[in-house]
Amino acid sequence: MPKLIKKCQIIDDQWVLIKENSQLEDLQAYSGQDLIVPLVFWLAERTRIQQRSGKTAVWLNSNEVPQSLGSDLHNLEVIALNFPIFSDGRAYSSARELRSNLGYKGEIRAIGDVLRDQLFYMSRCGFDAFLMRDDQNLERALSAFNDFTEGYQASVDKPIPLFRRR
Amino acid sequence: MYRYDNYDHQMLADRIAQFRHQTERFLKGELAGPEFLPLRLQNGLYVQRLAPMLRIAIPYGMLSSRQLRKLAHIADYYDKGYGHFTTRQNIQFNWPALVDVPDILAHLAEVEMHAIQTSGNCIRNTTTDQFAGCAVNEIEDSRPYCEIIRQWSTFHPEFAYLPRKFKIAVCGTVDDQAATQVHDIGLFIVKSDTGEIGFRVLVGGGLGRTPVIGKEIRSFLPKQHLLTYLDAILRVYNREGRRDNKYKARIKILVKETGVELFREKVEQEWLALKDGPLTLTDAEFLRCKQYFQDPEYKELPEDSPQLLQALGENVLFAGWYNRNVSAHKKAGYAIVTICLKQTGTAPGDITSDQMNFVADLADSYSFGELRVSHEQNIILADVEKSALYALWQSLKSQKLNSDNRGLLTDIICCPGGDFCSLANAKSIPIAESIQRRFGDASRLRDIGALSLNISGCMNACGHHHVGNIGILGVDKKGAEFYQISLGGSVDNNTALGQIVGPSFAQEEVPGVVEKIVNVYMKNRQSGERFVETFNRVGIDPFKEEVYAKAD
Ligand code: SF4
Repeated sequence: MPKLIKKCQIIDDQWVLIKENSQLEDLQAYSGQDLIVPLVFWLAERTRIQQRSGKTAVWLNSNEVPQSLGSDLHNLEVIALNFPIFSDGRAYSSARELRSNLGYKGEIRAIGDVLRDQLFYMSRCGFDAFLMRDDQNLERALSAFNDFTEGYQASVDKPIPLFRRR
Repeated sequence: MYRYDNYDHQMLADRIAQFRHQTERFLKGELAGPEFLPLRLQNGLYVQRLAPMLRIAIPYGMLSSRQLRKLAHIADYYDKGYGHFTTRQNIQFNWPALVDVPDILAHLAEVEMHAIQTSGNCIRNTTTDQFAGCAVNEIEDSRPYCEIIRQWSTFHPEFAYLPRKFKIAVCGTVDDQAATQVHDIGLFIVKSDTGEIGFRVLVGGGLGRTPVIGKEIRSFLPKQHLLTYLDAILRVYNREGRRDNKYKARIKILVKETGVELFREKVEQEWLALKDGPLTLTDAEFLRCKQYFQDPEYKELPEDSPQLLQALGENVLFAGWYNRNVSAHKKAGYAIVTICLKQTGTAPGDITSDQMNFVADLADSYSFGELRVSHEQNIILADVEKSALYALWQSLKSQKLNSDNRGLLTDIICCPGGDFCSLANAKSIPIAESIQRRFGDASRLRDIGALSLNISGCMNACGHHHVGNIGILGVDKKGAEFYQISLGGSVDNNTALGQIVGPSFAQEEVPGVVEKIVNVYMKNRQSGERFVETFNRVGIDPFKEEVYAKAD
């Protein structure tokens, strides 16, 4: 089973990621499994996707905003945010919006070009699960969460900025 | 000056350990070049034409003598004995070895300095007026706010991978010397009718390929909301700024394409969620930061110094330097001294390690151990007793640091250009030198008067050529180095972008063309008119005619 970093631990990943431009019939291959489907697909076929057995989560590309999920948001156990390339920083803002503005409490998962050296900032922005790029060494990546002991800003992991604590 | 506490020290130590680890992985081949790239850039490290280049932040231009000595040590030990002050209040070293960089950063950390976010698509060093805290008629000292912004922007987890670089300037003085209107965010400190301090917020200014003057999106932002509002602007930019084309990725393009009204609405909308939240600044934090920027222990002195007046009467060279390089100070009996790093024969903004050590000593003797650097690439001793000016000038002379051309045509603002920079279309340092040589006559130079001349080696406009009274831009013309000239730019309170005079010129033509331009000004000027005033009155045509006139 594929591995995932969640809350700083390596665990088995039970979720299957469904590609962009998928159709309903593509899902038949995954009967009973838990799926993360693309936003556009979800918005178009939500009812029928949910009729299958197995849980459903949604993934957003970096140009898609969490507000598009509307009131579905809080029923989703997982929302995945894609990094088409690690240097595309839009999902950092999406994660913060999900946590701070929209009050989302479920898992926010980083998917796509997810690399060791971005994990710390991602976790500060509210990501708590990381599906790393295939070539990444998960064991070694875990140290990234300790790159810094403190941060100046108000962030999801530390909502009270340093200046109110020092 | 701001002093680090344990938190600041710890984060900096964490950062160096992180970068050391990243560098090791890169050198071992465990981290691919493209993935290492933004990491090294955000630690100030470029790979340039000849060698790596390390850009070190001088936050809002403030330096202590101790820090400058450390920079001298780095120049000697890891580089070739000199450094280069940039137009963004940073210093660059052109010859460090990649493997040494983590050690250099550790040296810097000892004196509370770093190279964090001096490059890359992130929030860069915040800049301000080099006279902050000493200027006459200052609204409020901008430096505590700059420090607050520095901390907020340092390691900001949400904004480390923006569409493009992001520059913030703060101005608290009446006469803006910080080029505030041409920054991604320009903050002007203002006082409301009721005496409350806040900011007038400009957004979307910038130079580069598409020069734009910033647009106001808020006329008054109460100071406690500074960081939540910045967070809101940056979030809108991070989400919506273009990422498909690097030339359209700056916030100025987003503001232009969105329209300033709609952009403002988006920011205000985003701000609603943040406003009055935990990031709202507290009186305690303002006080904490302000205490680092209190006045030094000034003496109570009479406004005029008899020693100074006597020396001015007796020594015309000193008087010449005084008239150009010494500015009024808010405190009676004190003056602000600009050490102009524009000696002909030396690249503008360059300083040797010996000079650094020497200037550090001067700062200790004459100016409470502090210095500033300006975006004009000069050094400032901000708190000098008037009675000591003559002795200071004599000391400067002994190290050839007595250039008396501040604000004159030869006080050229110039990027490193083709001699160092891998992005350059053309060289810029030799152009600066050829112009300085052409205008070597000091009395003529003074007769010409205040005139800014800026040179950039390419469209990235590090030399701010768009806002020079005379702007020179290196362009590539079928593989040859050519120079496009613009006129009428300015970067003070009346910031204006220069107009291109016409087809570009070959390198050897440039000094002659500048001379013709100056001659047109001299012929047309009315009494007391500065170059840019004459230009604004007569327009570009007389200059065009003269510059492109066919020889009979
Ligand atoms: S303006 Fe161009 S040539 Fe000059 S330093 Fe900047 S990038 Fe390099």
